[in-house]
Amino acid sequence: MAIDVDTVTKIARLARLNVPEGDKLRLASELSGIFGWIEQLNAVDTTGIDPLSSVSAVLLPFRDDKVTDGGIAERILANAPGGAVYLDPDAPGTGGFFTVPKVVE
Amino acid sequence: MTQLTDLTIADIATALHKGETTAVALAEAHLARMETHRGLNAFITETPDRALDMARASDARRAKGEAGPLEGVPLAIKDLFCTEGTRTTAASRILENFVPPYESTVSANLWRAGAVMLGKTNLDEFAMGSSNMTSHFGPVENPWKRAGDNRKLVPGGSSGGSAAAVAAYMAPGATGTDTGGSIRQPAAFCGIVGLKPTYGRCSRWGIVAFASSLDQAGPFARTVRDTALLLQAMAGHDPRDSTSAPIAVPDFAAACAGDVKGLKVGIPREYRVEGMAPEIEALWSRGVAMLKDAGAVPVDVSLPHTKSALATYYIVAPAECSSNLARYDGVRFGLRVEGKDLQSMYENTRGAGFGAEVRRRILMGTYVLSAGYYDAYYKKAQQVRALIARDFTQAFERCDVLLTPTAPTPAFAAGEKMDDPVTMYLNDLFTVPASMAGLPGISLPGGLSADGLPLGLQLVGRAFDEETVLRAASALEKAVGFGGRAAGY
Repeated sequence: MAIDVDTVTKIARLARLNVPEGDKLRLASELSGIFGWIEQLNAVDTTGIDPLSSVSAVLLPFRDDKVTDGGIAERILANAPGGAVYLDPDAPGTGGFFTVPKVVE
Repeated sequence: MTQLTDLTIADIATALHKGETTAVALAEAHLARMETHRGLNAFITETPDRALDMARASDARRAKGEAGPLEGVPLAIKDLFCTEGTRTTAASRILENFVPPYESTVSANLWRAGAVMLGKTNLDEFAMGSSNMTSHFGPVENPWKRAGDNRKLVPGGSSGGSAAAVAAYMAPGATGTDTGGSIRQPAAFCGIVGLKPTYGRCSRWGIVAFASSLDQAGPFARTVRDTALLLQAMAGHDPRDSTSAPIAVPDFAAACAGDVKGLKVGIPREYRVEGMAPEIEALWSRGVAMLKDAGAVPVDVSLPHTKSALATYYIVAPAECSSNLARYDGVRFGLRVEGKDLQSMYENTRGAGFGAEVRRRILMGTYVLSAGYYDAYYKKAQQVRALIARDFTQAFERCDVLLTPTAPTPAFAAGEKMDDPVTMYLNDLFTVPASMAGLPGISLPGGLSADGLPLGLQLVGRAFDEETVLRAASALEKAVGFGGRAAGY
């Protein structure tokens, strides 16, 4: 399955990944090569085979639906690249916000 | 007494117990060696202050009679394990300044056992690679070189820094993670031992995620027994990882002492691939003969879907990678590159923060998961994965452990396989199938190539049967009597 420049543009958009125009042709050719190689799987007969999504030996465990931690807003916001804004700067444990560029006028 | 940096983990435990050295002296000796061999670029972040603090605390615990099983043992930690207060980068620009506010379960387990952190080791960016060439912090150099050839060789990947650090005696042990071979292949390239446990044996909590259905932490060391000692401390159930197995951790070191009389060793015929280097084939035959001499019984087995494993991996792993790496959006942590609006901020951040191989895999994963292609690629891959896992189940009805080469070639020179991504992917030919099935595997040195490079042999066991893997590996280690050491290290 050949992947063209338009497909690269589309999947880059879906992945929220800026791909410079100048790189798209090369990427299309690389991805076409990789997916061409992957096509070999079409030769494997998988009729009636259930897909395997996990090799985990255990069923997903359940736990009680209760709060197990909290009051750590400062630690959660410590790496925020846009800086953090706190509800009450004198009591950061009470909560705060990540910041993003303005999205409404 | 021999140099402190020459000691194995088992030796260190004995020397400390007898009072022949201290955790501080051990940390200092290894830190000094890290400085001497900084040119290998094995570490992204050295943590000498933290190492000496931890070593002093360790000596104090020992003095009080509270020594843990790894008390005072200095270790290198792959920079994919979050370490509280110490920068954790995943070798990516996007996490260049990320300082985790929490500690991964595996590293916390090691510290609870008394170990001391020397630093954070280099890796392929987000563990995506087989050469350590994709790190934002530059490639790692393998301490080994071909005889009479001064070209720098890759240490393998993705855990290349950990493997190089142990091979160059900068650390007696290190942590790694293995998604498709990232512990076993670098162990083979660097002439050391690397153990990938069963999926679920070690908690994934606090390890930067690549492909969550495959990722598993494991140890590197210079002896099989040392990897057993490390795994003992690393393993165990963790409620914070829902795929962590709630089962008891056996005595792995004790398993190393067992013999292999009557052990059925499966030799999968599909691993004898076309064009396999004669010296790899000879290494494999020697391994079979050695185990046979030790009393094991070689059994011819078949894993018919082996040749489909790599292509399956390159659907499943990128698909999971594209979902896992969606979190790096410039909002909550990591790099932010501003844009004209929110959408362009995401795109600019991710475009600038991820390197070429990571971007390629995100695009591959996004493509196979996108509308109209999901069934053709992702569902198909999961079906083939079921067949690969079934092959192993059927093979283990006829044998107890499998023996194969670890990699199709010894370490290659930087740049030798960079022209075509598929050629690079072929490195993981022998390690990916066990990853797809979640099985434990170990790589140990089996000898040297004609040009003097270490070659690895791999043993693969049943799920949660690391004990048999360790038992067979110990027998093989004894028979091989490797003792090889990179010239100048």
